Amino acid sequence: MKKAVRGHAPDADALKERDQDLLQLLQSLLGDEIQSHRHGMDMLELVIRPESASSVSRLLRDSEGLEFDYLMDQTAVDWLGRREIRFEVVYHFYSTKHNRYLRCLAPVPESRPEVSSLYELYKAADWYEREIHEMYGIRFAGHHDMRKLLMYDGFKGYPLRKDYSMKGRQPLIGPGSRQES
Amino acid sequence: MAVGHAEGPGQNLLLTRLEDVISWARSNSLWPLTFGTSCCAIEMMMASGASHHDLARFGAEVTRPSPRQADLLIVAGTIVKRMAQPLRTLYEQMPEPRYVIATGACVISGGPFIYHSYSSLRGVDDVIPVDVYVPGCPPRPEGLFYGILTLQRMIRERAGLKHPEERRAPVTAALPEGITKQEIQAEMLELFEAQGRRNVHEEYRRTVSDPGAKGAYPGRGERG
Repeated sequence: MKKAVRGHAPDADALKERDQDLLQLLQSLLGDEIQSHRHGMDMLELVIRPESASSVSRLLRDSEGLEFDYLMDQTAVDWLGRREIRFEVVYHFYSTKHNRYLRCLAPVPESRPEVSSLYELYKAADWYEREIHEMYGIRFAGHHDMRKLLMYDGFKGYPLRKDYSMKGRQPLIGPGSRQES
Repeated sequence: MAVGHAEGPGQNLLLTRLEDVISWARSNSLWPLTFGTSCCAIEMMMASGASHHDLARFGAEVTRPSPRQADLLIVAGTIVKRMAQPLRTLYEQMPEPRYVIATGACVISGGPFIYHSYSSLRGVDDVIPVDVYVPGCPPRPEGLFYGILTLQRMIRERAGLKHPEERRAPVTAALPEGITKQEIQAEMLELFEAQGRRNVHEEYRRTVSDPGAKGAYPGRGERG
């Protein structure tokens, strides 16, 4: 039986060929910062260290030939029970000049959930990082404002972590509210 | 409204209670607050703003952008916990007497978010008192109209001028007397048919008789 392929997924070999020169450029510029790389189904993926996310992004943004000037998305994944390093922060970059995409993955251990902030480089990272911090409890070193973005201030816990209790109910705070049962 | 009528030489008199007149006037000039949070709000705009349904017939089309000028709060759309406090603040800012209509499943009970949601309120009556509940997901404009008419009747009949804040048991916008659910369903189907130019009756009947059949109403067999 033929495996279902998503809508316009390009051919894997064609993608590999397309990203070959990008990969060479990245390897020459970043060197040891790249822990490993992978040709994903839609774009090139780099695994980087969480503490160097900011410096790597600066190189990606400012280096000639790369110019990844647009942070498309930033999110996190909880690999509870599936991987040794529990969290992973995912960055999607896009270069408007070269029409190229790049995905960076930063594995973050549960014992020290901290990543360097991209806020100084991309203003878009401001709310992305606040949301990740609120939902996964990952801190961003160098971010100017780590208040909650979507939930109210009294909310406890990190709801998008896989071990957050689904049936947990938190009391509603504020004027006139009664306890939620 | 209790009305007495007397005729003297050369004049007409209308005798009633002031309270009744004020309640009557009040019920026919409900000013809703412009407040909507999701899809029910689209349906509310359809009811109040669009000319097709014309809420102005019932005197409730003047949506006010400020809570201080409004006396009806139509809670339309999911209320997340972060929104609960602003909603309560809006309610507190409205002058008395004030009325609340809750439209849609989310506002009544939490709707699809009732089970494991960490962010949604399970019913807006956790935060503010509700006068009329209008079920639906979202309710059609006619449903909202019925809710408003129910509220008007409530104001005319029961809410007293002397006790504007006295809360009565909330009412559900129930079916009018003498009308069955089947009749409403049949009427809705006819409306759909007129708009969609297709025989919905037939499709509906086919789906009921044969769950596997393909049509406008996907049967269970199709969904798996």
